[in-house]
Amino acid sequence: MTTLVIAEHDNNELKSATLSTVTAATEIGGDVHVLVAGSQCQAVADAASQLAGVSKVLLADNSVYEHQLAENLGQLVVSLAGDYSHILASATTTGKNFLPRVAALLDVNQISEVIAVVAPDTFKRPIYAGNAIATVKSEDAVKVMTVRATAFDRCATGGSAEVVSVGESCDAGISKFVGEQLTVSERPELTAASIVVSGGRGMGSGENFELLYKLADKMGAAVGASRAAVDAGFVPNDMQVGQTGKMVAPDLYIAVGLSGAIQHLAGMKESKVIVAINKDEEAPIFQVADYGLVADLFEVIPELESKL
Amino acid sequence: MKVLVAIKRVIDYNVKVRVKADNSDVDLANVKMAMNPFCEIAVEEAVRLKESGVASEVVVVSVGSKSCEEQIRAAMALGADRGIRIDAEDGPDSLSVAKLLAKVVEQEQPGLVILGKQAIDSDNNQTGQMLAALLNRPQGTFASEVKVEGEQVIVTREIDGGLQTVALDMPAIVTTDLRLNEPRYAKLPDIMKAKRKPLEVKAPADYGVTVASKLSLVSVELPATRQAGIKVASVDELIDKLRNEAKVI
Ligand SMILES: Cc1cc2nc3c(=O)[nH]c(=O)nc-3n(C[C@H](O)[C@H](O)[C@H](O)COP(=O)(O)OP(=O)(O)OC[C@H]3O[C@@H](n4cnc5c(N)ncnc54)[C@H](O)[C@@H]3O)c2cc1C
Ligand SMILES: Nc1ncnc2c1ncn2[C@@H]1O[C@H](COP(=O)(O)O)[C@@H](O)[C@H]1O
Repeated sequence: MTTLVIAEHDNNELKSATLSTVTAATEIGGDVHVLVAGSQCQAVADAASQLAGVSKVLLADNSVYEHQLAENLGQLVVSLAGDYSHILASATTTGKNFLPRVAALLDVNQISEVIAVVAPDTFKRPIYAGNAIATVKSEDAVKVMTVRATAFDRCATGGSAEVVSVGESCDAGISKFVGEQLTVSERPELTAASIVVSGGRGMGSGENFELLYKLADKMGAAVGASRAAVDAGFVPNDMQVGQTGKMVAPDLYIAVGLSGAIQHLAGMKESKVIVAINKDEEAPIFQVADYGLVADLFEVIPELESKL
Repeated sequence: MKVLVAIKRVIDYNVKVRVKADNSDVDLANVKMAMNPFCEIAVEEAVRLKESGVASEVVVVSVGSKSCEEQIRAAMALGADRGIRIDAEDGPDSLSVAKLLAKVVEQEQPGLVILGKQAIDSDNNQTGQMLAALLNRPQGTFASEVKVEGEQVIVTREIDGGLQTVALDMPAIVTTDLRLNEPRYAKLPDIMKAKRKPLEVKAPADYGVTVASKLSLVSVELPATRQAGIKVASVDELIDKLRNEAKVI
């Protein structure tokens, strides 16, 4: 039994989601290999070789993988699949994009967003926006699955796996990267931060989010948002927390001016401590909050910021 | 150019699902059902492509029991021209759905296939990508903008770091994200008209596909519930609790 984990990275840096996925792979048992597919990404392979529990790193360094295009990456993974009992990727937008292609080409279903390994063929995953947890058993020859990073601890480092190059250059030639607009921020990454401050429609405007940025900077926190705040154009889409956005589970989640729709709760209710600040005491967010403050955010956020 | 849209009948997004007492599954008896919100966005996008002259026909397809004809009619009321229902028990697995859709694509030869990025019941987020792989065609998933330019479709995608734009050779598969558009409401005359639009019913066997999965549901449980919290009266009390009780700051 050998598991292949496909690394999440930007050609320079290995992302922490991969460390959680390696932990899931270790819980399955057997050997763990990591595939780093990218362009000029030796540094990522070196980082992956240091993950505890990983016995081999496959490096596919080729310009056709530079932007993780699903058509090319899917083919590459399928060409390597023969050696593996399990193929895992993080449930990020990259993993969700290419891994179902791998599953279909291997004639198996993908098991999405695994949150627990029960046995090598049995896993738990949330369904219906996390309002139910399904235990599923797969009799497929190879198990293809995405792993929710917040459900697994990051693996340790200190290993020294061998790095071997795989030569395949899979270029489907049917899709092309045109460009990207990435959000640059000095703040911690939303899915990896230990404190998250999130704003909703109640923030009223993009300018008012400055209040949250100031508070976040004082706390070393990341800033998130509800879909309503994204739709209203207050903040970019990559800040959305929820069923169809990012999953977060920080030590502290502060929800400000957001009501707590089930789709939002799906993305944050695993947080250790939840604080809700809302002027409507009936807001459903208070049902999951450890500490609720019924107040006008425009009064209490500046006060909180100044007193910390 | 023809556009094919795949739609799924799911629990209404406002309903919080219950788990059956014997933990065998969720309880969908007498629950309000609707078109998956991402599929509504897919239908809207296809109809807009037709209205702007880019598309000539919009065909919707759904795999499920007779009850999902309600959602096919709803899509036709929004502007789709005809519908196909492939008869199956409700909740078929994604791979089987993708295999059936691949056969429909081979027959219908659309230039573009639009699906939702995710069904809000299974939360699988995989059918569109699987369909694209089975057809060996490119995919633009989590789309917030779709532009047809000649033989290509330019798709802006919502990704974890921001936005990414890709150019795909057509025929291509697109899956929708929430910001792509805001679906219209159907008008009464259109709802009446939709009743007369053609709706074909097929069986998986017509396509040589068997709906079967090696993935089985062992049990369904409620997620861990959180302990009820408390209300604090002031910012000072909140800071005190976070420092000395929760010890998170
Ligand atoms: C298919 C689908 C998927 C979705 N996915 C997601 C998702 O992933 N994430 C997500 O977040 N949403 C998602 N949504 C949207 C979700 O259903 C809600 O519409 C959304 O979360 C509401 O955002 P909100 O809480 O910011 O806005 P509202 O519900 O409008 O709440 C605003 C809150 O702010 C409070 N408020 C206003 N002014 C103040 C003030 N001055 N001081 C204090 N409080 C104030 C109000 O009391 C109110 O409770 C999805 C919807 C659909 C249909
Ligand atoms: N039974 C079905 N019939 C038609 N389309 C479906 C069906 N199941 C899934 N789809 C399509 O695939 C999308 C993603 O679903 P999923 O991969 O199950 O999350 C949905 O939004 C639909 O567009």
